[in-house]
Amino acid sequence: MQNNTVVITGIGLISSLGEGADAHWEAFNGQAEPRTDSETFRPYTVHPLGEVDWNNQIPKRGDQRQMETWQRIGTYTAGLALQDAGIKDDEALCSTMDMVVAAGGGERDVTVDKQILAEARVRNDLGTMLNEKLSTELRPTLFLAQLSNLLAGNISIVHKVTGSSRTFMGEEGAGISAIDTAVARIRSGQSTHALVGGAYNSEHPDMLLGYELNGMLKTDGWAPLWQREATAGGGIVTGSGGAFLVLESADHAKKRGARAYAAIEGVYSTQIRRGRDDLTETVAKLVGAASADKAADLIISGASGAKGITAAEKSALDTFSSSVVRGVAGKLGHLREAQFSLVVGLAALSLFKGSAFPPIDAENEKAGPASIDTALATSIGGTRGEGVARLVKA
Amino acid sequence: MSKYTDHLGRPLVAITGLGVVSSLGQGKEENWAALTSGTSGIHTITRFELDNLRTQIAGTVDFLEESSKGASALSQKLASLAAEEAIAQAGFPVDDFGGPLFLAAPPVELEWRNRFALDALVKSEGEPGYDLLLAACRRGPQVDMFNTVEFGYIAECLADTFGTRGLPVTLSTACASGATAIQLGVEAIRRGESDRVLSIGTDGSVSAEALIRFSLLSALSTQNEPAHKAAKPFSKDRDGFVMAEGSGALVLESLESAIARGANILGIMRGCGEKADDFHRTRSKPDGSPAIGAVRAALDDAGIKEDAIDYINAHGTSTPENDKMEYLALSTVFGERISSLPVSSNKSMIGHTLTAAGAIEAVFSVLTIQTGTIPPTINYDNPDPAIVMDVVPNVKREASVSSVLSSSFGFGGQNTCLVMTAEPN
Repeated sequence: MQNNTVVITGIGLISSLGEGADAHWEAFNGQAEPRTDSETFRPYTVHPLGEVDWNNQIPKRGDQRQMETWQRIGTYTAGLALQDAGIKDDEALCSTMDMVVAAGGGERDVTVDKQILAEARVRNDLGTMLNEKLSTELRPTLFLAQLSNLLAGNISIVHKVTGSSRTFMGEEGAGISAIDTAVARIRSGQSTHALVGGAYNSEHPDMLLGYELNGMLKTDGWAPLWQREATAGGGIVTGSGGAFLVLESADHAKKRGARAYAAIEGVYSTQIRRGRDDLTETVAKLVGAASADKAADLIISGASGAKGITAAEKSALDTFSSSVVRGVAGKLGHLREAQFSLVVGLAALSLFKGSAFPPIDAENEKAGPASIDTALATSIGGTRGEGVARLVKA
Repeated sequence: MSKYTDHLGRPLVAITGLGVVSSLGQGKEENWAALTSGTSGIHTITRFELDNLRTQIAGTVDFLEESSKGASALSQKLASLAAEEAIAQAGFPVDDFGGPLFLAAPPVELEWRNRFALDALVKSEGEPGYDLLLAACRRGPQVDMFNTVEFGYIAECLADTFGTRGLPVTLSTACASGATAIQLGVEAIRRGESDRVLSIGTDGSVSAEALIRFSLLSALSTQNEPAHKAAKPFSKDRDGFVMAEGSGALVLESLESAIARGANILGIMRGCGEKADDFHRTRSKPDGSPAIGAVRAALDDAGIKEDAIDYINAHGTSTPENDKMEYLALSTVFGERISSLPVSSNKSMIGHTLTAAGAIEAVFSVLTIQTGTIPPTINYDNPDPAIVMDVVPNVKREASVSSVLSSSFGFGGQNTCLVMTAEPN
């Protein structure tokens, strides 16, 4: 079996901070306050997507219409990653490219749902009413626009990535497994190049509902990520955005003269039972394993802000005395399935630039060292799933 | 190539445990008896009201306590039953399996009954809608409802019950999902990450809304009477698929470790192949090239030629589009031999179990190898003259089958095929 080095050669990002790896690097290095919207979904705050001209990556209007927002964000971001890697429109490379997408789904039709809820209050024949309303009011193609595996399907259609297509589900854990699987396949020689990532649309009430059923959202406006334990609600402020990466074996990248941002040395993941096992200890173990011979210079944390969970992660990271930590959800929100590809991408970008960007929450994050050559990326799921990636300079 | 490795020097993957639940019953024995006797599990739906619905039939699993408790609860129970049967057959402790879990599960949303229940908590407070549903949540957590919408929940429960290791993978590749769960397991064993894996496909998601969604895409058969005749793959008058439920589970192991522990080898998972389609969200590329590519990739991965395949367990959904495209793909790969090679569709009896289909049909493929009985394609009364295949019409057939191709094709351009054989070489 082979033991290939796995490098990141393309980074596609969009979020409330803008579009593209460079725009994000500038935003994280700048002093601008996070972009938030606390009005539309009051009392919840979201980080809304910045202005996007969908035509840039999804040229056909017909394709755009076939997608709900999260699919559109993902398809667009995948295009950015392919373009960044110099693979976009390369038919030979795209048709042999593997794909793993971490997906949620279910952007429902809010208007239809509202009608049904209203009818339900005045009718006793709920089953009959449901059939009647759903049969007549639902847009036939909405099903596909909200179906989990159709983000990957749309990427195949729009960008012609067809080597393979796998969609992982399961919130943050899906994002961790997606990168873990793609890395393992490339390392072992089962794949040479892969597109991996996810997308999340925070600006939809059903997405908020998914969290709020368990009381996980912050309800009193934005606050710095590491300072939410005593605030109202559950701590999470979600963000709209997407993060896709192009991963390649170092040989494959070299042969085609591609620039490598960084190499992924390892992905360490687990899933403890949160009610039974100690989360702080688990995070410390994962970070310890990822720091095997040398502690990392920088930790890009995907902490969601969820109360208790984020505190546990912080207390684990604090035990690594040298750690420079950046909790990026404080700046652009929590992207759930896309969170791990986001932090891995930002860790790679930091290694490529050679330094850490300034603290986002200066009270809780140290200034970075002048130069870095190792970085970790963490994603500790709001409910389950824990993962850490170790990256080094390519 | 040693005794334990394949043509590419990779560890051979043995199948040592199988479990299945479908509308035909629980367990291999019940299912196989029904399937080989040409019994249909398709019936008129009783789970929800049928007024205003064009399609009123399905292959729902109605015999479990969870059958009326929602898609998440039923999908979990189905997976659990199949997994337990598979792990027990493989001879591992059912609470300490010791390898990773790959779970194909349906993407489910908050059930209407729960939306109505939330609204009932707050209806005195104003107009219905998401603002009010969210306000209802702020009165206190609804953990049971929350669990049903967390895609990672079922896998976590299964991981805990069966003692699988690590972060489980939950996946969806539409109607190819079950095959993808197997493929991911095979790849993990080939990488040496584990000497055993548990791959499951489960689907208990037939609800009014799910049915209406497929109905609006004109994907479903509307031939409600008689229900058992509705699924008629490869027939001229086929008019859509029939939604169904079930679960299939497989314990896969490196052949070397299976033999070392004296396990009973049921078959070999020899190869997996896939190819995505970039043509359309629900339609296949007219030249069939992605499906052809997936079949050829599976044969290549297995290291065998097409003439070594004895039987094809077809995707055979009974939609006009799928069956035509599948015939195009198979006739392209197998040439003239396709007219005499047995090709049957389990879906004629169990319906389309969607997320579970690839796994259930892999279980039935291995049973075909083991028993030498090919299950029929029932309801084949009116052959499609454009599809010239031996579909094992209406009655099972005894035959020596040492290798099977099982195909899965899904919305979103998902095409995955598996090759299973009796012997390692």
